[in-house]
Amino acid sequence: MIKKDLVIVGGGPAGMAAAVSAYENGVKNILLIERDQYLGGILNQCVHTGFGLGYFKENLTGPEYADRFTQKIKAIPGIEVSLRSFAVKLAKDKTLTYLRPGSLEVIRPKALIMATGCREKTREVIHIPGTRPAGIFSAGLAQKLINIEGLLPGKEVVIIGSGDIGLIMARRFVLEGAKVKAIIEIEGKSRGLARNMVQCVEDFEIPVYFSHRVLKIHGKDRVEKVSVAKVDGSMNEIAGTEFDISCDTVLVSVGLIPENELIEMAGAAIDKKTNSPVSKEVNKTSIPGVFVCGNSFKVYDLVDSVTADSELAGKQAAIYLRNSR
Amino acid sequence: MIKNMVCIECPKGCVLAVDIENDKVVKVQGAKCPKGAAYAVMETHDPMRVLTATVVSEGLELRLIPVRTNKPIPKKDILRAMEEIRKIKVNAPVKVGDIIIKDLLGLGVKLVATRSVAL
Repeated sequence: MIKKDLVIVGGGPAGMAAAVSAYENGVKNILLIERDQYLGGILNQCVHTGFGLGYFKENLTGPEYADRFTQKIKAIPGIEVSLRSFAVKLAKDKTLTYLRPGSLEVIRPKALIMATGCREKTREVIHIPGTRPAGIFSAGLAQKLINIEGLLPGKEVVIIGSGDIGLIMARRFVLEGAKVKAIIEIEGKSRGLARNMVQCVEDFEIPVYFSHRVLKIHGKDRVEKVSVAKVDGSMNEIAGTEFDISCDTVLVSVGLIPENELIEMAGAAIDKKTNSPVSKEVNKTSIPGVFVCGNSFKVYDLVDSVTADSELAGKQAAIYLRNSR
Repeated sequence: MIKNMVCIECPKGCVLAVDIENDKVVKVQGAKCPKGAAYAVMETHDPMRVLTATVVSEGLELRLIPVRTNKPIPKKDILRAMEEIRKIKVNAPVKVGDIIIKDLLGLGVKLVATRSVAL
């Protein structure tokens, strides 16, 4: 069995910051595992700016922010990086099983930091009736298709929800030559940052329907249109306000949910509503020596906050290792 | 005349009350930092934005190279700039900060890579 003091699962901004911080706080034998073939996580697909104003005092793009940390990690020999490595099992005694090309690895570190981020909430979470045609994407998936794969998911887009990823993608679709026909938000105001409403929506004169909901998605093979109606203060449809918007693509941008299935598998207490660990202290779980940081601990608006949170987790893990010696 | 606008310089999104007289900004209120007043002046006279996008690569490890302008460009030129950016094909490895277009649309602004992409 491989021997490491600390294993970190996830090589996005959280995992990288935790690794650097743990090292700087005295942990010299760290393994960082990442399922993708690059470090950086979701930052790599966030090609827009707005990252790093807090941490680096510079307005960076996602890939630039990721690169700063990737360079730091590469310069530290005490941090071993294992790419294309997918954690599949975690036990209460911190035995972690992961797959990497050609082998199944089992490791039992003295401490573990989970930096597994979030996944996107889907159409199923918000219960939109209708058919199940092609052309319905979560906003982050569309972002990956456009910014990493170079594929444009559609030409006429309706975005459900006004979360930041949806707003960012509204602009991205317009820049790539698609038409964003509407953003439909059930609340009376945007859920995204005010700056994104300005630079992603108002700049391109994209119509936003606040206090509206999508009643139904229509289409046989491909999305054809959505039915929309105004809602009252209790989110109920107001009779007579229904109208249709034709489109070939629907983006769902209704928030994120932390991924904590591995620690749940290990028996850690999880808040069923938020899917985050239940603990008395920030970054801790009910299993001593298992820490959670970044968006898998709490959904943050800004990567700078993820970095700060994860540096704390790295330090906590270092303190734990020092005390358990 | 007082015009309200949201400052987009940082995620705080300060709501600015901008007093404009004879097309000139005379007073800016509501900004939590000095960037707000400068933003209000720029936004009133010639709105500028940093443009980010991707360019196509050929024969490199990734299909796309993410790019940005090294300085803000006029908002009105964004879609025209995208037409230029779409024409680009890069076939040599790039490092973060490498210049992809020396002078975008003659605006005196560089388009630079934001990710290192190898062969």
